[in-house]
Formats: sequence, C-alpha cells, structure tokens
Amino acid sequence: MTSRVSTWDRLRNNTTLLSVLFMAPAGLLLLVFLTYPLGLGIWLGFTDTRIGRAGHFIGWENYISLLDDSIFLKSVFNTILYTAVATVIKFALGLWLALLLNRHLPMQAIIRAVILLPYIVPTVLSAIAFWWIYDSQFSIISWMLSKLGLIDVYIDFLGNENNARASVIAANIWRGIPFVAICLLAGLQTISPSLYEAASLDGANAWQRFYYVTVPNLMPVLSIVLTFSILFTFTDFQLIYAITRGGPNNATHLMATLAFQRGINGGMLGEGAAIAIAMVPFLILSTAVTYLGLQRQKWQ
Amino acid sequence: MTADANISTRVDNREGMQYLETIPHRLVTLWIPLLIFLFVLLFPFYWMALTTFKPNSELLNYSDFNPLWVVEPTLANIKKLLFDTQYPRWLLTTMVVAVAATFLSLFCSVLAAYAIARLRFKGSETVGLLIFLAYLVPPSILFIPLATMIFEMGLYDSMWALILTYPTFLIPFSTWLLIGYFKTLPFELEECALIDGASRFQILTKIILPLSLPGLISAGIFAFTLSWNEFIYALAFISSSENKTVPVGVLTELVEGDVYHWGSLMAGALFGSLPVAILYSFFVDYYVSSLTGAVKE
Repeated sequence: MTSRVSTWDRLRNNTTLLSVLFMAPAGLLLLVFLTYPLGLGIWLGFTDTRIGRAGHFIGWENYISLLDDSIFLKSVFNTILYTAVATVIKFALGLWLALLLNRHLPMQAIIRAVILLPYIVPTVLSAIAFWWIYDSQFSIISWMLSKLGLIDVYIDFLGNENNARASVIAANIWRGIPFVAICLLAGLQTISPSLYEAASLDGANAWQRFYYVTVPNLMPVLSIVLTFSILFTFTDFQLIYAITRGGPNNATHLMATLAFQRGINGGMLGEGAAIAIAMVPFLILSTAVTYLGLQRQKWQ
Repeated sequence: MTADANISTRVDNREGMQYLETIPHRLVTLWIPLLIFLFVLLFPFYWMALTTFKPNSELLNYSDFNPLWVVEPTLANIKKLLFDTQYPRWLLTTMVVAVAATFLSLFCSVLAAYAIARLRFKGSETVGLLIFLAYLVPPSILFIPLATMIFEMGLYDSMWALILTYPTFLIPFSTWLLIGYFKTLPFELEECALIDGASRFQILTKIILPLSLPGLISAGIFAFTLSWNEFIYALAFISSSENKTVPVGVLTELVEGDVYHWGSLMAGALFGSLPVAILYSFFVDYYVSSLTGAVKE
C-alpha cells in the first residue's frame, strides 16, 4: 500500500510527465490546426486540387503558370506597394503621435484610450464605414473638400486604379496608427528622463535629443513592432475584401485576396494555395531584414 | 513641473522669449496636431453613428440637409437590422464562438505557459520559441488548407470550425503573455507549497492563477476581441446565413445588389463594434498591457 502511494506521489510530481501533460492541449491544437495545414498548404500548391476533386501532384506547374499570370504579378506589385507605403506612413505618423502622447497632457489616460479605438473594433466593420466614406456620390470627404472650395468635382475614390490604391492604403494607415503609437509610447516611457536632461546639459537641441537619445533607445521596441506590422500588412485580407474586393481592374488585389478569389470562390484550391504559399518567401525576407537589420544597430 | 516642460523652457530661454512663446508654441507643436489626429481617428465612428440614425430622406440629400448632422433622427435602420435580418442571430453566434474560443485558448495557454515558465522541462526554451513563431504564421496563408481539412472533418458550416481554429492565433499570443506573468512570480511561493505537500496542479490553481489574475484578464479580453473581429476563417468556413458571425454577416448579407442600404449597414457596423468597445472601455489598461506586453518582452 505505502509503495503504491509513493509511486503515485512520484508520478504526480514527475516534472517530465507533467510537462508533457501540460503541453498536450496547446501542442495538439497547434499541431493539428497550424503545423499540419501549413504542410498541407505547401503540398496543395504542388497539386491541381479543386473543390470536390482530389488533385494530382503536378510539380511546379502552378508556380510556373503564375509567373505568366499578369493578374498574379499585379497582385504581387500591389502587395509590395501597399505594404511599403502603408508601413512608412504608419510609422512616421505613429511615432509622431507617440511623441505627442508622451508629453504631459491633461486627460492623458482618456486620450490614450480613445486613440486605440480604431484598432479595437472589427476591421471589416470600420472598413465598411470607409466604403461609405469613399462613396462616389455621397462621400463626406468630397463634400467637405468642395465646401472648402478645394475641389470642383467629387473624387472618384474607388473607381480609378490609383485612387483606389491610395484609398485602401489610407484606410490601412488609419487602422494601424493606434497600434504603432501605443506600442512606441510604451517604449518611450521606458526611456529615463535623466538621459534627456544629460543631453540637454551637453547642449543638444530638440532634434539632437530625438536622434541621439530617443531613436537608439526605441530601436528594440521599434524593430519588433515593425516586424509585426509588415507581416500583418503584407498578408492583409479583410480591408481589401470589404472595400474593393480587389477592383477596379484588379488594381487593389493583394496576394491574400487573390488566393481567396481563386481558391475559395473559384474552387481552384491548388492554385489558391500556391498563391498563399508564394507570400512566405517575402515574409521571411522582410522579417529577417527588419528584425535583424534593426536589432544589429541596437543601442547598448 | 515636469522634466519635459523644463527642457522646453530651457530651450525657449535660449531664444529669450520664454513666456511669450510657451503657450502658442505648445499649441502649435502639441495641441493642433493632437486634435487633428483625434479628429481623423474618430471621425469614421461619428460618421457610422450619424448614418445609423439618419432617415433616408436626409441620408442622400446633401443640398437641403447638412450631412454632418441629423435633423430628424430615426430608429428605422436599427429596427430593420434587428427584425428584418438575421443580425441578432449573428450577434449570438459571434458571442458564443468568441467566448468558447477564448476559454479553450486560455485553458491550453495556462497549462503550456506554466510548463514552459515553471516546470522548465528539457527543451522548454525551444518550445517557447516555436510557440512564438506560430504567432508569426498569418491566417491568410492557412485558410485554404484549413478549409479542406474542415470540410473533410465534417465541421464545415458549423461553429466548431471556428472554435477549433481560432485558438491557432490565440494560444501563441496568450501563452507568450502568460509566460511573462508567471516569470514575475517568486519561486519561493511554489517551493513552500511543494514542501507543504501540494501537488503541481494545486499550486497552479491555488497559487499561480490567483496571483496572475491581471495577466489572465489581459489575455482573456484580448483573445475575445481577436475572436470577435476575426474575418477570413469565418468567411471561408461558414456558408449558411444563420451561422455567420457579425463581420461576415454584415458584409455578405446586408449588401443586396447595387443598392446599398447605408443606414442599416452602418447600424450593423456600429452594433458589431459596440460590444468590444464597451469591453475595452472597462479594461483599457489590460488591453494596453497585453498589446505592449509581447513587445516589451
């Protein structure tokens, strides 16, 4: 009897067994619904699977035909343009907003809370609001601009290729600024005020204090936020799907929306998977460049 | 006065205009840009709410009515949304899915985070890193293979398809957040309990969890928000109108042909945003800490 109890005791405090048990639920869910589909996606990209029909292995054929596909190439161009422009502006404005919020403000907590709202509400729902704001006949932006006497004709936000691109990028920036600003604000608040005092005593002006104190101290946070931001902007789907569905003339199709259109709506699962998997090299490259590039210059 | 203000006074001193410049200077460098930011960030919500309460006669007539205000507010759009569409059903579905996915993810994450942070088994650091990498796999890459799996498993068009797939982006994030919290708790607490004969499970439920309640709340509300806002899986895995979630339902069911009922569309957007906005207003600090938690690690 005593030996049984002690065996049980030993078992229940055996950390290896416990670790396996504790890791099991998370591990199983992630293996089944994340790792396996990732592998399955790579496999599907090499097949001609359609909805309702098992596919055959066709090697690189999907990828080779995509290289000749002008719509796919356009979506790659759009995705890179969308990510690059949106990220640069999001970070410039987000950093500015973070610097403003880091000053001593009355009602700082309320202002900070309100600023995060665009990030909190469902993206699709705010995107529908943007759709309405960008309406060709009843756009409130056009109305305000014409009342101010800045335009004569209402802007066709979503009807023309470049306008549509600029419009979805603006909506993405609107949604991304709060995230960037609040994360960078958290980074700014960890910088000791004594560093600024020391710099001032040494005669540094406002710009020099920003460049030599703020920027290097913000680098670790900035590099992570930038990595995440690029990753999620590059793979964006909902904003485009809600506002333009890729139009006009595929000018706003991103790789993710094209993958959805071909794979789910068009039923070409193999081709859709290939488009989705084609994002992976870009993601790895951009993550490596931003993360390693900025970490290398890390101050300390 | 604060260090920041002191610095700016000192700069102004050099210019020799300190008192004359301080207030206008602060207005130009701080308040005007801040108010512009606030206006741009909040205007779409104002527009959403305003459109919700506008009667059709005012909605599409900018020459007789100022579009920035509503003269005769109406509840017709909300009535249409609640009684002529399946919106209440979508709200319920979204709520059930978000709550279930959140609890499932928290359960898995607590156990995993405890194992990684506290049991520190062989290879725990590698497992922690792998879970972090899982966070970097975007749903846009996974939805096609997942859709085929969901179909083969017979889960297509059911809530389970969403409840089981949402944890793939919730677990990595909440595990990572909880590891950070668990690491801050002193080991001595656990050692004392172990000496007193508590099992690991008792330690977890009676000591670690109560002490890391703020972390649990942060992870929980953020996971709930992410599930509430999720779109691509819900769009790909659900087909029948009554099983849709709010974001998918509003976008795919309320848009009929070429005539857009902007009033009820905006009402749908407003009421779909309110639950997370209200939750957020109660837990702002938890949100901010979960948002910035992973960044600061």
